Amino acid sequence: MKSLIQKLVETPGPSGFEYKIRDAIREEIGNAADSIRVDALGNLIATKGTKTGVGMRVMVSAHMDEIGLMATHIDDNGFIRFTSIGGVSPLTCIGGRVLFMDGTRGVIGMDGLDAGKMPKLSNLFIDVGATTKEDCPVKVGDVCGFERPFMDLGKRMVAKSLDDRIAAAIAIEALRQLKSTPHEVHFVFSTQEEVGLRGASTAAYGIDPDVGFAVDVTRSGDTPHPSAKMATALGDGPAIKVRDSSFIADPRLVDWMVKQAEAAGIPYQMEVLEAGGTDGRAIQMARGGVPAGCVSIVCRYIHSPSEMVDSDDVENAVKLLVKLLGEPIILD
Amino acid sequence: MTKKLEVSAGKSPEIGSSQLELLEKLCNAMGVSGDEHEVRQIVLEEIKLIADDVKVDALGNVLATKFGRGEDRVRVMLDAHMDEVGFMIVKKHEDGLFQFETVGGIDERQLPGKAVLVGRDHLPGVIGAKPIHMTTASERKNKIPLSELRIDLGPEIGDEVQQGDWATFATQFEILGPSIKAKALDDRLGVATLIELLKHAPENIDLLASFSVQEEVGLRGARVAAYTFEPDMAIAVDSTPAYDLPTWDVDGENTLYNTLLDAGPAIYAMDGATIGDPRLVNLLVDTSEEEGIPCQIRQPGGGGTDAGAIHKVRTGIPSVSVSIPGRYAHTAAGLARISDWENTLRLLHAALCRVAPDLLAGERRD
Amino acid sequence: MNDEFLPFLKKMLTAPGLSGFEGPIRAIIQEAWEPLTDELSVSKIGSLHGLKKGSADGPHPRVLISTHMDAIGMMVTGIEGGLMHITGIGGIDHRILPGQPVVVHGREDLPGVVVQPPAHLLPDSDGDGPVEMKYLLVDVGLRPADVAEKVRTGDLVSYGQAPMELTGDAISGHTLDNRVSVAAATLCLEMLQNRRHDWDVWTVASVQEEETLGGALTSPFDIRPDIAIIVDVCFAKGPGANDWQNLPFGGGVGLGWGPNIHPALHKAFEKKAKELEIPANRDLMPKMSGTDAMAVQIVAEGIPCMVLGIPLRYMHTPVETVSMKDVRRVGRLMAEFIADLTPDSMEKINWEE
Repeated sequence: MKSLIQKLVETPGPSGFEYKIRDAIREEIGNAADSIRVDALGNLIATKGTKTGVGMRVMVSAHMDEIGLMATHIDDNGFIRFTSIGGVSPLTCIGGRVLFMDGTRGVIGMDGLDAGKMPKLSNLFIDVGATTKEDCPVKVGDVCGFERPFMDLGKRMVAKSLDDRIAAAIAIEALRQLKSTPHEVHFVFSTQEEVGLRGASTAAYGIDPDVGFAVDVTRSGDTPHPSAKMATALGDGPAIKVRDSSFIADPRLVDWMVKQAEAAGIPYQMEVLEAGGTDGRAIQMARGGVPAGCVSIVCRYIHSPSEMVDSDDVENAVKLLVKLLGEPIILD
Repeated sequence: MTKKLEVSAGKSPEIGSSQLELLEKLCNAMGVSGDEHEVRQIVLEEIKLIADDVKVDALGNVLATKFGRGEDRVRVMLDAHMDEVGFMIVKKHEDGLFQFETVGGIDERQLPGKAVLVGRDHLPGVIGAKPIHMTTASERKNKIPLSELRIDLGPEIGDEVQQGDWATFATQFEILGPSIKAKALDDRLGVATLIELLKHAPENIDLLASFSVQEEVGLRGARVAAYTFEPDMAIAVDSTPAYDLPTWDVDGENTLYNTLLDAGPAIYAMDGATIGDPRLVNLLVDTSEEEGIPCQIRQPGGGGTDAGAIHKVRTGIPSVSVSIPGRYAHTAAGLARISDWENTLRLLHAALCRVAPDLLAGERRD
Repeated sequence: MNDEFLPFLKKMLTAPGLSGFEGPIRAIIQEAWEPLTDELSVSKIGSLHGLKKGSADGPHPRVLISTHMDAIGMMVTGIEGGLMHITGIGGIDHRILPGQPVVVHGREDLPGVVVQPPAHLLPDSDGDGPVEMKYLLVDVGLRPADVAEKVRTGDLVSYGQAPMELTGDAISGHTLDNRVSVAAATLCLEMLQNRRHDWDVWTVASVQEEETLGGALTSPFDIRPDIAIIVDVCFAKGPGANDWQNLPFGGGVGLGWGPNIHPALHKAFEKKAKELEIPANRDLMPKMSGTDAMAVQIVAEGIPCMVLGIPLRYMHTPVETVSMKDVRRVGRLMAEFIADLTPDSMEKINWEE
């Protein structure tokens, strides 16, 4: 599975510009799905199974976009000013390397780093080695992702964009392993989550599911001096979301998910996330409302170029997702 | 009053004296978010003989359809918002003074010492400020809070003004050389553009025009309009700030201008609410190059247009925004170039003429 | 009827039902609406939908009365030494929490209290200022091992304050926002039992208003009403609340006015209140209304909305207070308005101002 994860995290795909990662995911899915389509906002929707007696139409959403940058101005000396796509901290930019969609590479620089002052994105610039505006290959509106290779630390993995490519990998793996299901399952590799859950909103409207699950990363509370105490930790299993700041998971679904994890002997932890949102909200608010939940992967250093997850959590998340999708869903 | 313009050849719409007169009427009308009545009446009057179908929906949006001819017509929604930022009277005090709240994003530093018009009868009023003689140095370091400002309608005002009445800046439309100075150019420029496009609607498409309400309070009208129209694609036509001013330091380069006057229509790659569909961004840029119409890419960043609501409706609607650059939006007096408006109109018309089903046949990608 | 009315309200005020977890309160409302409606159903995310059919010949236009039933409260984010960390559900001012009686809904209901740790256990910067919610704790008096058995991360915490009757027809307690509006809607249904009404009346007790407006975003999508009346509490005049946003306490119905409200509906309600001599005041909402109307209005092709307000003091504290007079006024105003609707009334809900 690690080679799949490496492939996914190293393919660029900032929000709104997911075509390369979409192609990569489509290639990985191959024939594992019964059908596959792309909607108006670029969501990749792979469908498997047919609804039988107790079956439901189920949507599983893992977002395939990542945070990135967009050029806003090229100055006379060929330096590129930029804005962020999604939540990017200036602190994790400085000294970073970027990869534009056309293959142009660059580094992020800053003049006069003042130790006492938080830099703003507008203090930073991208240097692609150009000397003038004319020889700069980048135009205003061009998009880049961060560039950082995948790193395997054994039990732990480090990469950029594990948010949310780790969930994409889990969804692909679950799709491959899902041999029988009473449900019609729609695996959505959604777009534009980082800028406001946009892809999942329109995908959910189109699919009109009976129930939905997001798969996403969540914060960990197991590092030194966390800003707020949080009960999640790497290695304690996939997290079952109770709420985050975007939505409240359907409590019937939460209880059912807990029961399934316990029945299958899969370790799990409960998650209450105070800052952050997921595609679960978009699913819940679609049309007349949809019961929605979320399987989370606890992740350290989210939105930095070095996000970290636990390999066992990832394996267990696949097991949990396969279990959830293979059983009749009972909401009471 | 109006300026003579060079008449350019071709079938595309132009800006002449009648267009400027319409814009003047639109800008001088009062249409604070939630109270778009006056603008709606002007729009309905202008389009009643042109559009094939016109209706006013539950929120007050004017939805007008102009059908094209032939097969395989793409359904293109064009949106411009009728509402503007302004004020609501919230409390009556003694002596003809009224407390008010702002509606939409207004910097309260823009308010003291301004003339306003209140209510359907456009009653004149002023927002005063304490005489400088009576202020202290430390007072002058702070902005005058909204809660201390009043609209003064004169001591004899009676029951003709009630709490809940809306008000706007009193600025009257004016031509200054190559420019227009007016309130509410954001987005009456767009409204006027849509009316012209309805009048010159290309026949290869079905043109679905939404004159939308409540953009300034959360892109609300456009959302339901898009739901009703269910278009194949959408273009929001708005006015966006041009911060093309000098920076405070002598040698500093202004790298945050958003847009520039005289650089033509501003095409959005991304703002805070939408990442423009690359297929539509490319359509506009290619059209500009091939037709020799200037355009600029608005500096990507924050802010938002009605496209932010439209593109998320139903199963998703490929959308992009095009804006006429304008200085000093959301203040008493904005300023835009007539030539930028005309180039926006020309670019949109030329681009619409090129819209064919194959534009959206492939997946969203560069 | 009034004899049964107050006990019903008090029963609602003591029931849990935090945003996203409305099961207990829904059961109580369901029981009350059962005899008053022709059909009852529950939306996919838990809103209660009641339908009382109209008697017009031909197609019935639909009026929606939307009241949210969810409550603000807290949620357990973690447990340390038998004490619970909490976060808010809905907008809670952390300054009213220290010493507050609460109930932790674990594997069983556990009464407890919100604890403000002493300054020396808090970061220096906090000094004697208000203590942020992330530093507050809940103590249920049990030993750590018992707590571990009975409570887990994600469990809910409700206010524990019981409702009280004050003088002058005033009632106080937690979650009057918005159970008094559910009471007003129920009263309206009762009044309509003996009245002919042409329109179908849909009453909705919606979920998640305090968090996501989730119920109001979704229920109208299924119901597709022609018009909607949103009933919620509004700000009454009282200590620290004396500006233009504040309506007289016990002084009548708040009639919403602003972008969320269709002006023709506002004027129709204004007229009806005058006719019936029901005291009413304009409730100005220059920007957004802060109610479910924000969502209902923009569902699907758009829905003309009216907001009726019950003036309430001390909003989002456990001692919210309203005058029962205003609750009855809102119920009656709605019933009379609805009874007067005719099949062609929609023609008057237009933009010809």
